Amino acid sequence: MVRVASFLVVLVTLFFLSPAVSSAQESPYIVTYDQHLEEPGNLEVEYFSTFGTQRGSNNFHSFWTEFEYGATAWWTTEFYLDGQTTFHDSTVFTGFRWENRFRPLKREHFINPVLYIEYENINGADKILKEVEGHDAESDFAAPNADGRHERTREIETKLILGSNFKGWNVSENIISTKNLSNEPWEFGYAIGVSRPLALEASPKRCSFCRQNFIAGVEMYGGLGDRYSFGLNQTSQYLAPVLVWNLPSDWSLRFSPGFGLNDNSHRLIFRWGLSREFSGFGSMVSRLFGGHR
Amino acid sequence: MKAAFPVALSAALVAALSALAQTHPSAVQRKNSDYAELAKAPEKARAKVNPLERNPNSIAAGANLFDQHCAECHGEDGEGRKKGPSLRVPQVQDAAPGALFWLLSNGVVRKGMPVWSKLPEPQRWQLVAFIKSLGVLPPADSSSKSGGSGAASISSLPPH
Repeated sequence: MVRVASFLVVLVTLFFLSPAVSSAQESPYIVTYDQHLEEPGNLEVEYFSTFGTQRGSNNFHSFWTEFEYGATAWWTTEFYLDGQTTFHDSTVFTGFRWENRFRPLKREHFINPVLYIEYENINGADKILKEVEGHDAESDFAAPNADGRHERTREIETKLILGSNFKGWNVSENIISTKNLSNEPWEFGYAIGVSRPLALEASPKRCSFCRQNFIAGVEMYGGLGDRYSFGLNQTSQYLAPVLVWNLPSDWSLRFSPGFGLNDNSHRLIFRWGLSREFSGFGSMVSRLFGGHR
Repeated sequence: MKAAFPVALSAALVAALSALAQTHPSAVQRKNSDYAELAKAPEKARAKVNPLERNPNSIAAGANLFDQHCAECHGEDGEGRKKGPSLRVPQVQDAAPGALFWLLSNGVVRKGMPVWSKLPEPQRWQLVAFIKSLGVLPPADSSSKSGGSGAASISSLPPH
């Protein structure tokens, strides 16, 4: 417990003593990944929150904290801590995830691939809906936390991320495949997003409410069954408008009301997220450990 | 104790990766190769004209963008730092705007320069306009960090 507290103190200290910061240019998507990686040496700390309605049981509020670090210009690594509160039930920590994204090509192309691999160690009470795959359905979320938290899930998840930029528009497609390590079949899913800044040219003045600071779009995501029953049958599907506000003070704020498209889906998933980017974090940590700038 | 594992893992990960990210070649090693990438710009890209060249706001907007996205590596006035080379050298200042735009759009990912295609094209052109306005640092000043004779270094712009 003391170690955890010490680490948190260090994190908070780093938060406030951060060196020069840069204005974030975050994508508005919450589920879909685009082809852009974190700048090398930058750390982005993000908090996301999801409110979901639940038929036949209690609504929930799930949340995750994300530490995203640009290890190199072609490799970004992220660490997540997940949790949730189910109304009239309890609040539980639901596990962690570690993901890595790699950009295999040196140059920008019309379609840019990024390879994604993630290890998840979560329990059955996890409700963050960071992605939807297989035959995930609203009814899976109905179990009380006391039951779900005892079910341990270890998964490897891979994604092929394809992204294109054209005349200010970003179009991203994710093809998802997940393998539960306890001998369950491969499951599949997808996410698609389209977005555009409200203005393409930057303003000569630094401003918070300039149109170029807002990026709006829409994303759609859902399951595609598993290797024995591939397709849309008995899967959940969502459509969600997305908006991000990138502030010059390095903060980004995202909003996304998501709507279930079939009876297996939650009717409403309202998400929001707050993030801050720390430029030069890697250099600072390197100096702390005796490295040179 | 189990709960502490992910926290300890993340701390170790961040420390190890930050050390990795700081493994840059020395300034001398880089000097010869840093600007070679500009020469790889295809002729078609090189021939592109900055559509915002005559826009009076381009340089000021580019200065803001540079401050937000580039200054951390290339220095506040583009004079260069260990992480990023100087942009106030003839190799950059004499380069075609199209070549600079191409480099911004493609990055040099194996050497740490990110791909900046996440900025819309007009913003990349605004950055090019600003970079071209910096001018070449006189040789005597090239070792100092004092800004210099650029037409529109960030420090010479009006406060935001």
